[in-house]
Amino acid sequence: MSYLPYAVAAWICLVGIAGVATSKNLIHLAVCLTVTQSSSYVLLLSVGYVMHGVAPIFLGTKLGTPAVDPVVQALALTDIVVSVAVIGLILALALDAHRLSGTVDPDSLADISG
Amino acid sequence: MAVLGPALLGLGALFSWAIAGLPAFGDYRGPYGLVLNRVVVPLRHTTNVVMGTTFDVRGVDTMGEEFILYAAVIGVTLLLRDETRSRQAERRTRRLPSDAVRLLGVLMVGGGLLVGLWLMAFGYVTPGGGFQGGVLASGAILLLYVVGSHRDYRPFRDAHALDPLESLGAGGYVVVGLAALASGTAFLTNLFGLGTTGTLLSSGSIAVLNWASAIAVSCAMLLLFAEFLETYVVPLEPEDTAS
Repeated sequence: MSYLPYAVAAWICLVGIAGVATSKNLIHLAVCLTVTQSSSYVLLLSVGYVMHGVAPIFLGTKLGTPAVDPVVQALALTDIVVSVAVIGLILALALDAHRLSGTVDPDSLADISG
Repeated sequence: MAVLGPALLGLGALFSWAIAGLPAFGDYRGPYGLVLNRVVVPLRHTTNVVMGTTFDVRGVDTMGEEFILYAAVIGVTLLLRDETRSRQAERRTRRLPSDAVRLLGVLMVGGGLLVGLWLMAFGYVTPGGGFQGGVLASGAILLLYVVGSHRDYRPFRDAHALDPLESLGAGGYVVVGLAALASGTAFLTNLFGLGTTGTLLSSGSIAVLNWASAIAVSCAMLLLFAEFLETYVVPLEPEDTAS
């Protein structure tokens, strides 16, 4: 029995956070946030995996065949939609920040007030 | 940097502790997945249990999800829409890509659109669904912008056409839910005839909700693309006269 998929999820999350924290570019930051969020897909899908299970699509598969958990797959779908929405908003804010201050470096934005 | 390293190490240690307490990979214990895989096909006549979960068992949750996307589009529009600039962008044109790029692009637009529509239409029978199909179809349409000209893409960034369609998709979902309420059952109860399992005429409300979300997602993505294209990716080169 293996814990590798969970470790991969944790690693992706940590690498993403490191990227967000050290980012010098708002677009790069948005990509790093996507990486961080994708760790949750890996975690969700690994939690729902049934050893030797098939996909939960029962077209041509006999009912009762061991299949993986459909709930976490539906959750991963929600997760992806939320991630798209968040990335859209972040990129829009990055464009606005660039328009107002002429920079995409989050450290240079610290001076902005009002 | 001095703060980040120890913080990540600490978080990593917490993760390791959490993973040590999890059942091993593949040793699934939760009852819900096992129950759903047994009951959704006979009860809802959909062979795609994930769709049955998304649009029936967790239907209310998916409605919220649709409105998250809706709210995001409104937010991006409010942040980026600037009338004076979009009119300026309208006058600018750009150099067209080479014939090879355009040929490959046209093939990808057609193929992507077809696969997207297939994912939408058969979402409750085979792997797929309204969300996935909607994203793929709108992505294929966006390729039209990359390989074509502004004029080709203009119908797909017309907010006056996309706004009502997106509202139709998101609102249609709620109307299906309210119809169940009006008929005296709980919100989003599966009302319609369940049909024959494994065919397009199956799964009752799931099929309707699937199409509603497909329309909502396609239009939401196209609106997002349109806002970004209008404000940002408007190349400045004069149009190639060769085409």
